Amino acid sequence: MNSSSTAQVLDVEVEREELEPRLRRTWQSGKGIWGALTTVDHKIIARRYIVTAFVFLALGGVLALIMRVQLAFPEARFLSADRYNQIFTTHGSNMMFLFAVPVMEAMGVYLVPLMVGTRNIAFPRLNAFSYWIFLAGGLVLWIAVALDAAPDVGWFAYVPLSGPEYGAGKRADIWAQMITFTELSALAVAVEIVVTVFKQRAPGMSLDRIPVFVWSMLVTSFLVIIAMPAIMFASSSLILDRLVGTHFYNPAERGDVLLWQHLFWFFGHPEVYIIFLPAVGMVSAMISPFSQRPVFGYLALVMALIATGLLSFGLWVHHMFVAGLPPSGSSFFTASSMAIAIPAGTQIFCFLATLWSGRPIFKTPMLFVIGFLITFVMGGMTGVMVASVPLDTQVHDTYFVVAHFHYVLVGGAVFPLVGAIYYWFPKMTGRMMSEKLGRIVFGLIFAGFHLTFFPMHILGLAGMPRRVYTYPPELPWSGMNLFVSVSAFVLAAGFGLFFIDAIRSLRSGKVAGPNPWNCASLEWATASPPPPYNFARIPVVQSRDPLWRASSELPVATGLRVDRRELVVSSVVAAEPEARESSPADSIWPLVAALATTVMLIGSMFSAWAVVWGAVPIAIALTCWFWPKRTPEDES
Amino acid sequence: MKQAAIVSCVLLAGLLSGCTGAQSALDPRGPAATDLLHIILVFVFVCTSVFFLVMGALVWSLLRKPSREDSEGAQERQISVVVTVAILSTAAIIVLLTVVSFTSDRFPEYKEASSAAILVRGEQWWWRFDYDGDDSSLGFQTANELHIPVGQDVRLRLQATDVIHSFWVPSLAGKQDLVPGRDNTITLHAERSGIYRGQCAEFCGLQHAHMALEVVAQEPEAYRQWLDSQRRSAVVSEDAAIVAGRDVFMRKPCAACHTIRGTEAKGTSGPDLTHVASRRMLAAGVLQNSAGSLAAWIADPQTIKPGNNMPLVPMTSEELRQVTAFLETLR
Repeated sequence: MNSSSTAQVLDVEVEREELEPRLRRTWQSGKGIWGALTTVDHKIIARRYIVTAFVFLALGGVLALIMRVQLAFPEARFLSADRYNQIFTTHGSNMMFLFAVPVMEAMGVYLVPLMVGTRNIAFPRLNAFSYWIFLAGGLVLWIAVALDAAPDVGWFAYVPLSGPEYGAGKRADIWAQMITFTELSALAVAVEIVVTVFKQRAPGMSLDRIPVFVWSMLVTSFLVIIAMPAIMFASSSLILDRLVGTHFYNPAERGDVLLWQHLFWFFGHPEVYIIFLPAVGMVSAMISPFSQRPVFGYLALVMALIATGLLSFGLWVHHMFVAGLPPSGSSFFTASSMAIAIPAGTQIFCFLATLWSGRPIFKTPMLFVIGFLITFVMGGMTGVMVASVPLDTQVHDTYFVVAHFHYVLVGGAVFPLVGAIYYWFPKMTGRMMSEKLGRIVFGLIFAGFHLTFFPMHILGLAGMPRRVYTYPPELPWSGMNLFVSVSAFVLAAGFGLFFIDAIRSLRSGKVAGPNPWNCASLEWATASPPPPYNFARIPVVQSRDPLWRASSELPVATGLRVDRRELVVSSVVAAEPEARESSPADSIWPLVAALATTVMLIGSMFSAWAVVWGAVPIAIALTCWFWPKRTPEDES
Repeated sequence: MKQAAIVSCVLLAGLLSGCTGAQSALDPRGPAATDLLHIILVFVFVCTSVFFLVMGALVWSLLRKPSREDSEGAQERQISVVVTVAILSTAAIIVLLTVVSFTSDRFPEYKEASSAAILVRGEQWWWRFDYDGDDSSLGFQTANELHIPVGQDVRLRLQATDVIHSFWVPSLAGKQDLVPGRDNTITLHAERSGIYRGQCAEFCGLQHAHMALEVVAQEPEAYRQWLDSQRRSAVVSEDAAIVAGRDVFMRKPCAACHTIRGTEAKGTSGPDLTHVASRRMLAAGVLQNSAGSLAAWIADPQTIKPGNNMPLVPMTSEELRQVTAFLETLR
């Protein structure tokens, strides 16, 4: 860090008051539309990601309400069977692929670089690319919805229903390629986060000082990298079956129908933890300032995150207990599915211990943490139930399962996420959200959620299967369905108020200051919102809670150039500074590459040759993207 | 949470009083479903107890006044012990539940036996049942209404001809998928005679919601009589109106898809209609079977069950009346 040459301008050489304006000039994105299209600032991209994902949440929520109107009364004719099947497929695919996974990754894209004390995410242009690709995938699905041509095969798209013989039109192709889009963007982000966490941590942030949220994003990213190839193969082979006449899934040609289910759930189950683990990280981050103590059991929590990640690859078959697999295999997967309750329990007990030994402050984020604890524990209990083969033969594919996974996904992930928005909103925007509205939002969402989803457990046991667009009046389900439908609007009102609060606070919320909650981690060490360069000087970390333990002012490292984008590369374990590395400048090519990829993927729904001719513009865009500029070598 | 618990209790009470032998895992009418309900109750009891213990700990943590006297280190050690004990108890409960689940799944006697094998085939969106006779002439086919003898294990072979379906009659047993290219089996056993509703549980396309079936459990004597009556070919009466109805059926595309044994109608893509008038329901549980609903179904199947594979066959009202009258005689 000590080397320098005369041609460079190091931060130690400029005056204190000169430093920030010069860093700003170097790191700021361009102005206007061109600047918006070329930016590689992780904060701007993450903000877009988050806003887009929340738009998809709202749209998916509207679909849910439409379904609940249809189901409020038996034999209702509000929706046709065809529309309903499109809507429940889109609701599930949208919530999983366009909301839950992207929003968690987006929170990581925003927060991880700030929490590890670096100036931008690793591979910032790839980051820009991943957003554009995600947006394109979302548009493909929603344009199909608008054209009444949305997929109607369920978010799991089981063959042969989604295969060439029974999946008519382009609907299943749209589903498969939407998956490809979102996988691509998720994989890109996962790689960025792994590299950022391993190589860009602030000096002194050894592995045992990484915030739990960053650990959770790291484990999640590894899950993405391991799980996504399975679904990528699945969706590509499905497209091949449909388009080129391969017979991966055609039993008449010795293909195997169950192969699809193995591939899909080998991805699909870890997917649940890809959504849930970041939420555990968020809870860990929020519970500490609002209990006024560091989170209890740091090591246990990190170990539980890793254990959950590993176990999550060993329980996919519990989605297939009634498919007719050998009983010994099912028993193994019962045991492994139940075993995941142990790391999950560990996390819950650590949170309870934190609350017990701390002095709780009941601000909105904390309310959502408490809501999470209640709801997720319930979801965990029903999770233990569906892990049991005999029990599952009754509840599988019924509303019991619908209730269960909404408890774990909404209770386990969306509650912490909404709390996290209240918690990090001041960091991202510089303004606080309303505490008064926040309490009402929590009350509506919490009560609305339980009133909507708890009765579904009973509906399922009472024999109501999933994915039915209507049910006969003779069966004793109507009263409860009406109750659920009315409650769904309470839940929706909660989310509506949340959006109103967010938009209002953006303009007129109380000004936050750098650290309004008195938190300990590094993202609170810089201004709110953070400047384009994140930190004027890279902080040096000496403890797990740097802002609480620092005796006076946070120590900083110096020696980075201010005339070009530079950041510190550090060692994996101890985070010893190893090198200064330049960080890529703004570029239009990620957008061009994303457009070229979009054209290729959309073309591939219609003709296999699109992959061939579509590769040409992609190759051109990538060549321009990676064209070597004559930048001086990075220095150690 | 509290309001949810109260509401759920009220709902549960209302539900239990409301349902009688319909289609419910909470209302078992055979040994398999009874065992399953016991497992459900064991799990619900254990899980609810754990849930309330955890919630008690949560409430206590939030409400307690922390005493500042304890030294920090001693307190942390104390909590570590409690958390460790909690994790170990979780593991113990998990092992217990796994063993419960395993033993009840692997060693029930009703899984062993097998008697008359009935072949069940799921089709978009109805059920085809093939009853094997001891020799092939005694076999017959029926649709959407499965008759079984009371007090016996009845083994079903499950196959799918198009997409995946799932056979589920919750009052008698858990569900089992019908997967193209695979042979699955399930055993039904009804303790009392009665009619048990079931429906397809795996999403199978447009009319998945309207793919119901009924299991009619009969005393052995009544069951034998039913078998005998179903084995007989159709007898077409000499009545001129009925003969006219038969001719309409044969002249129109009907006969291309449906079989009526004893006539020249030999189509196999639709349900066998040899004894259609003896069935309780039409169109896989959509309509109660009556002369009126049968006529309505023939006149406009696409409004009653949109997207199903029965086309609208143009007929004059006279033809419709005749063909309905003919089908009504097929008891």
